[in-house]
Amino acid sequence: MTVLELRDVHRVHGTGETAVNALDGISLTVEPGELVAVMGPSGSGKSTLLNLCGGLDSPTSGLVLVDGTSLRSLSRKQLAAWRRKRIGYVFQDLNLIASLTAAENVALPLDLDGVRRSRQQAEKALSEVDLDGYADRFPDEMSGGQQQRVAIARALIGERRLVLADEPTGALDSRTGETVLRLLRSKVDAGAAAVLVTHDARHAAWADRVVFLRDGVVVDVSSRDQPEELLSTP
Amino acid sequence: MSVKHGLLALLQRGPMYGYQLRVAFDSATGGTWPLNIGQVYTTLSRLERDDLVAALPENEGQRPYEITTQGRDELKKWFATPVQRGDRPRDEVAIKLALAITTPGVDVAKVVMTQRTATMRTLQEYTRLKTQPGDLPWLLVLDAMIFQAEAELRWLDHCETSLVRYEPKAVPATTDVEVPR
Repeated sequence: MTVLELRDVHRVHGTGETAVNALDGISLTVEPGELVAVMGPSGSGKSTLLNLCGGLDSPTSGLVLVDGTSLRSLSRKQLAAWRRKRIGYVFQDLNLIASLTAAENVALPLDLDGVRRSRQQAEKALSEVDLDGYADRFPDEMSGGQQQRVAIARALIGERRLVLADEPTGALDSRTGETVLRLLRSKVDAGAAAVLVTHDARHAAWADRVVFLRDGVVVDVSSRDQPEELLSTP
Repeated sequence: MSVKHGLLALLQRGPMYGYQLRVAFDSATGGTWPLNIGQVYTTLSRLERDDLVAALPENEGQRPYEITTQGRDELKKWFATPVQRGDRPRDEVAIKLALAITTPGVDVAKVVMTQRTATMRTLQEYTRLKTQPGDLPWLLVLDAMIFQAEAELRWLDHCETSLVRYEPKAVPATTDVEVPR
């Protein structure tokens, strides 16, 4: 089943003469096991698109469906619960809570829903991102790369099938950034769907499809549906 | 880089015969520079003529070659000499774009977009290869190609931005050129 679908989505900021078409008729689907990267210059609509996908913003017209459910049909309370359960976010600035340990940060979405044994699930999620033994550390006791892995563990815990990542490697050095992308890729290969907003072509290249936005319109799509056999490993 | 220096570098590891050299060359370059066995033997003949390698006695029907002292000196010189930008092949993409801008009837933005899609696909394919196991020399060759593709994409973005502001000087039109997708 298609995890994310955008149908002719428009988002206009402002009104009258100052109105800006941030998104102008975007249609996009993301399937399970698919990583889609969104690229484009500043102001092209990348972040607006991601906010709409996650229900953090609403389209002026058009539909956003996650697992077949239109986000517009949900009340604010339902939408908040839906986001906690179904959608994982990874941001450039991490948004980890400084007063909580790694395990508590990861378990937080589950705790808010009253899920039992959230600690065990959090430890398992941390183990999956190679952070065994870090459960009781606070964010300021960890490196930037380790904190980003905590953020990814938090984004993927529970039944979430959709991960939305906004420049998740922005604050990291090149090698640590690649580790984070490998992790995201492996999670997608295991069945999740993900949208990655990035300005870096090397990062976008980890995706199955790269969507280029300009002035709120998709101007180009690069897909590796039919990969070219350019090289072979020795 | 010439095949000559590639073979000298491989023979520095120890004596090898033609087929072994071809396999080692493929392995070192990750298949980015396919070499046929004819090229290997032609190059070996020239290296032998120039006293940079020496043929050893045949062993089970194969003739191994070893690097000579002169060959080692030549190799040392090659490693010590930087590759000059001018020694590299001309960039066809840059030349094509420059010509597209000055050729009447060409949709330059479409040329840029078509190239960008192709280069992005290439970058995706290289990145896919990174997920497969490989030893360090191969991974570094792959990284070089990844960085080159990324640089081309950044340059294409720059071209696109520059084109928006570009006001062409009047060029007398001769004939329109259709750009295939």
